[in-house]
Amino acid sequence: MASAPSKLYADDVSLVVVLLDTNPFFWSSSSLSFSQFLSHVLAFFNAILTLNQLNQVVVIATGYNSCDYIFNSASDLNRSFENGRMPVMSSSLLQKLEEFLIKDEQLSKGEPEGRIKSSLFSGSLSMALCYIQRVFRSGALHPHPRILCLQGSPDGPEQYVAIMNAIFSAQRSEVPIDSCYIGAQNSAFLQQASYITGGVHHKPQNLDGLFQYLMTIFATDLHSRSFIHLPKPVGVDFRASCFCHKNTIDMGYVCSVCLSIFCKHHKKCSTCGSVFGQAQSEAASASDKKRKTPET
Amino acid sequence: MNNGAGKRINGGVEEDDDEDDVNGDLDAWERTYTDERSWESLQEDESGMLRPIDNQALYHSQYRRRLRSLSSTAARIQKGLIRYLYIVIDLSKAASEMDFRPSRIAVIAKHVEAFIREFFYQNPLSQVGIVTIKDGVANCLTEIGGSPESHINALMKKLDCSGDSSLQNALDLVDGYLNQIPSYGHREVLVLYSALSTCDPGDIMETIQKCRKSKIRCSVIGLSAEMFICKHLCQETGGTYSVALDESHFKELILEHAPPPPAIAEFAVANLIKMGFPQRAAEGSISICSCHKEAKVGAGYTCPRCKARACELPTECRVCGLTLVSSPHLARSYHHLFPIAPFDEVPPSHLNDPIRKQKRNCFGCQQNVLDSGNKPGLAVVCPKCKRYFCLDCDIYIHESLHNCPGCDSFRHSKAATAKED
Repeated sequence: MASAPSKLYADDVSLVVVLLDTNPFFWSSSSLSFSQFLSHVLAFFNAILTLNQLNQVVVIATGYNSCDYIFNSASDLNRSFENGRMPVMSSSLLQKLEEFLIKDEQLSKGEPEGRIKSSLFSGSLSMALCYIQRVFRSGALHPHPRILCLQGSPDGPEQYVAIMNAIFSAQRSEVPIDSCYIGAQNSAFLQQASYITGGVHHKPQNLDGLFQYLMTIFATDLHSRSFIHLPKPVGVDFRASCFCHKNTIDMGYVCSVCLSIFCKHHKKCSTCGSVFGQAQSEAASASDKKRKTPET
Repeated sequence: MNNGAGKRINGGVEEDDDEDDVNGDLDAWERTYTDERSWESLQEDESGMLRPIDNQALYHSQYRRRLRSLSSTAARIQKGLIRYLYIVIDLSKAASEMDFRPSRIAVIAKHVEAFIREFFYQNPLSQVGIVTIKDGVANCLTEIGGSPESHINALMKKLDCSGDSSLQNALDLVDGYLNQIPSYGHREVLVLYSALSTCDPGDIMETIQKCRKSKIRCSVIGLSAEMFICKHLCQETGGTYSVALDESHFKELILEHAPPPPAIAEFAVANLIKMGFPQRAAEGSISICSCHKEAKVGAGYTCPRCKARACELPTECRVCGLTLVSSPHLARSYHHLFPIAPFDEVPPSHLNDPIRKQKRNCFGCQQNVLDSGNKPGLAVVCPKCKRYFCLDCDIYIHESLHNCPGCDSFRHSKAATAKED
C-alpha cells in the first residue's frame, strides 16, 4: 500500500459513500428481495475496491427511524486481505447491518402508523457530507469523493428543506451525488440532487440486472466520466410544491419576506407572519418597462 | 510572549540606547522581525515551554462568538431575502495608496469579486449593481442585475484611480436608481471608502435625509480612518459602519454583508409576488430565446404563462414580465428561515466518563473526539438530539450544511422538534 507515494491518490482514486436504503416498508413490497439486492450490491462494492487498491467504500444505512455507518473499507481492509478474501468482508458488513436493522426496528415500536413510509435520506446524506469534509481536511492529497444513493422508498416531503440544504452544500464542495432509484415511481429529490451536483441519476428498468447497471454507470471514477456516455437526464422537474396544499404548481405566489410558496393569494404568510399589502402584486412584479400585463 | 515583549522594551531602554537612533536604517532581516512581531504568535504552556498558539481552538472560539451574536440578534424569522444592492467603490487617489498590499484598490477588487459570488450564493433572487467614484464624479459601472460574471468582468477592466471622492454624488446617483425598484425589495448600498474626505457639490446632509426617506440602508466600510460623515450616514439609514484594520479584517467585514440582514418591517412592503416555475426543456430542442434573440439548441426554460424561452434562471420573462425562478433557487434561502440551534460545548469530564464511551466518536464524521486536539474536551453536543460532534463538523454544519445530522437521522427527535416549533 505504501509503495509509489508519487502515484498515491492519482485522479482515478475514488471514495464512494453509499447510502443504502434499508426501509423495511419498502423492501416488504418490492419485487426484488432485500437479500437479492444485497448480493448485487456487495459484488459491486468488491468491484470498486478491486478497481484500484486505494479506492475506499463507506456504507451508511438509511433506515426508517435512524441512520448509521455500517461499513468503512479503510478500517476493515487489513483484516480481509489476511484471510485472502475479497475486500468487502460480507460477514462484518452483514453483521453490522443486522445490528442496525434490529435497532432500527426497536425504535419504531410504539410509533403510530405514519402516512408516508419514507427513509431518513436527509440524515444519511448529512452524515455522508460530514465524512467527506473530514476527508477534505485530511490534507491536499485525498481520494475523489462521491455519494451514491441506492434508494427505493418514496420521498418524504417533510425532509424537503433538509435535503435541499444538503444538496447545496454538496454542490458547493463539488461532491457529485449519484442516484439509483429502485422504487416504483421516480424520486424528484434524487433527480434534483443529481442534476444540481452534476451526478448521474438512473432508474433501472429491470432490477434483475441491477449489478450490471451499477457496474456500467456508477463504478466509473469521476475522471473517466468525461470519456464515456452516461445516461442524460430526460428533463428535470423544477416545479415547486406550494406550502399550503403541497400541490405541484408551475405558477404561484411567493412571499417577498421569506420566499414561501403559495398556490393562492393569502392575506398573511403562514411561515413568517408578514401581512401582505394591498398593492397589486401582479403589477409590482412586472418591470416598469412592461406596463401591460395579461389578465390572470 | 510577555517576556519577549518586555525584554525588547527593557533592552531598548537600558542597554542599547543607540539602537533607537539606528532604528530607521535596520537591516532587511531585522525589519522583517519588527514588522511581523513573530513573538506574538507564541504562547507558554503549563511547563513553561514555548509553542505556537493553538490556532484551531482560537478560530473555533471566534466562530462560536460570532454564531452566538448572530443567533441572539436574529431571533426573528423575517429577513430581507430579496435585496437590491449597489456596491459603491471609491476609485479616488486615496484608493491607490499602498498601505494594503499591493494597493488598496487591488485588495478591494479581489474581495469584491469574492463578495459578489458569495452574495449571489446566499441571496439567489437578489440583484447587484456597481457604482464607482472617480475625479469627484460618480459613474454607474454596471446596471443592477443578477449575473455575477458580468459585474466582475466590468469591474476588473476599470481599476485605475484618480482625483477626489464624492460621497454625495454617489448617493444621489444610487438613490435615483434604487427608486425604480419594486416596493418589496430591500434597497441597500455598500460603500467601500478609501478617501478621508468627501468633495461635494451641495449639502450632503440633505442627501442623507433623502436616502433615509427612500428607505435605503447604507453601510460603509472604510479603509483608512473613521469619518464622522460616514458614521452619521450609517446611523441615519440603519446600516453598519466599520473600518478595516488589515486585509483579512477587510475580507471579514465585507463578507458580513453577504447574509441577508434582518428585515425591518417599514423598509420594504411585504407582498406576494407572482412567480413562474418553468420546466427545463428536453436536451435536443431548438428554439429562439427571448433574452438573446438567437436560435439555440438545447436546454432552456419555458415561461409557463406565455411560453417564451429563457436561457437562464432567475430572470424576468421578456414577453409577459413574469418573474421566473426555479424552486431550488427559493430553497437555497430556506435555511435562513429554519436555522439550527448552536451546539453546546461539552465539559471534558463527560468525555472520560466510561458510560458515554460510545459517544466519543463524532456523530457526523466518525472521528474520535479525543483525537481532534491534544487535550480532551474539544467537542460539542447538539441540544436537541444530544449527539456529539467534533469542532470541524460543528463549523461545517453551521456554516455550510445547515442540517444537524443527528436530528435528521432520528424520527423521534424530528417529531419532537416539529412540536417545539
